[in-house]
Amino acid sequence: MERSAVERLEAEAVNSAKSRQPLYAPRKKIFPKRASGSFRRFKWLVMVVTLGIYYLTPWLRWDRGPHAPDQAVLLDLANRRFYFFMIEIWPQEFFFVAGLLVMAGIGLFLITSTVGRAWCGYTCPQTVWVDLFLVIERAIEGDRNARIKLEAAPWSFAKLWKRITKHLVWILIAVATGGAWVFYFADAPSLLRDLFTLEAAPVAYITVALLTVTTYVFGGLMREQVCTYMCPWPRIQAAMLDENSLTVTYNDWRGEPRSRHAKKTAAAGESVGDCVDCNACVAVCPMGIDIRDGQQLECITCALCIDACDSVMDKLGKERGLISYATLNDYQANMAVATGNGTHAIDPAKVRAPSGKLSDRIAHFHLRKLFRPRTLAYFGVWSLVGIGLFYALLIRDRLEISVLHDRNPQFVTLSDGSIRNGYTVKLSNMIPEPRTVTLRVEGLRRATMTISGMTEHAPDSAEVELAPDRVKTLKVFVALPKYATAVEAMSFRFVVEDPDGGETAQGNAKFQVPGRR
Amino acid sequence: MTKREIDEVSGVETTGHEWDGIKELNNPMPRWWLWTFYATIVWAAGYTIAYPAWPMISSATSGVLGFSSRGDLKAEMTAAETAKQDYAQTIAAKSADEILADDQLREFATAAGAAAFKVNCIQCHGSGAEGSAGFPNLNDDDWLWGGSADAIYHTIAHGIRFEGDPDTRYSEMPAFGDMLSKDEIRQVSSYVASLTGNSTDEQAAAAGKQVFADNCASCHGDDGTGDREFGAPNLADAIWLYGSSEAEIARQVRTPRHGMMPAWSARLGDTTVKELAVYVHSLGGGE
Repeated sequence: MERSAVERLEAEAVNSAKSRQPLYAPRKKIFPKRASGSFRRFKWLVMVVTLGIYYLTPWLRWDRGPHAPDQAVLLDLANRRFYFFMIEIWPQEFFFVAGLLVMAGIGLFLITSTVGRAWCGYTCPQTVWVDLFLVIERAIEGDRNARIKLEAAPWSFAKLWKRITKHLVWILIAVATGGAWVFYFADAPSLLRDLFTLEAAPVAYITVALLTVTTYVFGGLMREQVCTYMCPWPRIQAAMLDENSLTVTYNDWRGEPRSRHAKKTAAAGESVGDCVDCNACVAVCPMGIDIRDGQQLECITCALCIDACDSVMDKLGKERGLISYATLNDYQANMAVATGNGTHAIDPAKVRAPSGKLSDRIAHFHLRKLFRPRTLAYFGVWSLVGIGLFYALLIRDRLEISVLHDRNPQFVTLSDGSIRNGYTVKLSNMIPEPRTVTLRVEGLRRATMTISGMTEHAPDSAEVELAPDRVKTLKVFVALPKYATAVEAMSFRFVVEDPDGGETAQGNAKFQVPGRR
Repeated sequence: MTKREIDEVSGVETTGHEWDGIKELNNPMPRWWLWTFYATIVWAAGYTIAYPAWPMISSATSGVLGFSSRGDLKAEMTAAETAKQDYAQTIAAKSADEILADDQLREFATAAGAAAFKVNCIQCHGSGAEGSAGFPNLNDDDWLWGGSADAIYHTIAHGIRFEGDPDTRYSEMPAFGDMLSKDEIRQVSSYVASLTGNSTDEQAAAAGKQVFADNCASCHGDDGTGDREFGAPNLADAIWLYGSSEAEIARQVRTPRHGMMPAWSARLGDTTVKELAVYVHSLGGGE
């Protein structure tokens, strides 16, 4: 195939050190070219899956009976309940959410130490929405060259029309994005109706408006500026990566010296690398950088430059992977081969066997390099938290009792000389079904229990009706006859039992009597 | 002007500042960041016009939006009052016993009564309504003037021995120090103590029985269980307002002390008094 078949694109990195920059630099517009290849296909897939989860989840239904909402995922802030399919979480169980956040944090460490900034490149909402907004931009204004032309063109009806259409579609997507967010906090179908009939709560409209603005501004207008200047993760990730982490790498040990006229240069007897300096990698970069300058803050490792370069290498009939996912260790080993351990400039001949194929001495990435003490430790901690949470979920109580002894007065002498203590007993029925439970006093002989507002029950136990998914607060009085005990603080238990399910819970309490003078 | 220095590795100019060999690169800020900064200045200027901000000699500028935190508080208090209105009206229309029978009303009245109690009653009855010597404990089941919600309501509304209210609870025990001999007082005190098994002198107690029947039974009852009609305490139970020892009882026989409570309906209003009655009734001794 002809080398001249590869088009050379006019593109320069926005952070190029060649140009002198002023104190406050104007932004250089980026016109990312459409890439195609396996990473681009993978990113499409990730985009469809993540956006699908985001937009559709609130519409999933889950039958919980008549006493609870039927939305599969619902953050019911007003009633302080969180529903996730078969799991219902009360505020005191919020540690499950905290645990998930811990897992997300450690998961980020794990992912970053193995495959670098995969979060940035594939799943970060900023990346996904910018990708989506770029799809719109390309559909309306065309690919890179058409967009550059349009940008430079004087204002005309056609340009105005394209711009208005693009921004309108962006705003529509932004509204849908902000709209989808609020559906997680209320019943989605009725909220959707209320939003259109102007009957929804002001906070719903404010939230939609705020998220519309942020989506439109961050995804449509600011794009790479968000990652480079606003996000802390690019700074943090430097501490997460090590020499065995995969990063998008320009393999200059086979690419340099780059040459736009490889044939001519080779004919002149000079050594030439695989890079034909076509700038395809710069043109597709959504961050507008040149990966050939090495690892840099701005690189989100979206791997589109790999796709772009691979297709060029295919055209040239060379091995793919001039730009590839590589670890620093492999890169340095290969660099040592190419430079004779740093004794001379890169000589691309050294990395090739006489057959023209890459030499056997070249290190390639192998999956087992993912399994290192560091990544295994991360995975271990991550799994432990996960298993712990899962276990806690399996054994958690759905019937709870909490007992608070009256502090003032701690005891009351009654007219017959008996001593009475008061307790505030809270019974939590944490399932969306009404139940009748038995409340008993255990471990306190001759005790009589009376419950404020309830007249007929046995002296040491009572049937209490609990509303579905609610806490019932009872004022409970326990009395002991005169001289029944000489111990100033007797320990005993309130036991609550669901006779149907056999579920029990107990709350420890103390019975206080006056001290001897 | 110092000479421009270019960092070798990055090719970027340095600021010339150096800390322990680390030099600061002079990378430019994005220009939109500067605009954001200007926008915050404009916002701040607008804010000081819209909201109270600039200090003047005696106050501050009030802002064109007319916001004040006092106004906010007032609005919130009005909203809270309005929210309570329905309950308050129902409570005003019902008797304390009727409120007690209604679960929702009782819950509201108990909470409201607890708040009113903390402001108006704890000075004498204690923050836990536990009372003290001379001031009744409201948690127990011993009531001088009756322990039903309606009786408690009447006591709070009209007070005890409160001259300004014609419906006040009123009674007065004579000072028997002038009418009985020292021996008789000792004997009747011993007898009263014996009703709860606290007598130290059986002979005196036996002799005191007659003294009691002659002088005390008309109010305190033949068996000493008292009479709520006169607020006469039950002498046969374990609860003593002025002490349970024979000496303390004797002192009360000679020169009785009487509790006094003001009438509250004029000060607090009928609704609050009902709420207080329901709260006191809920403390555990209500009948």
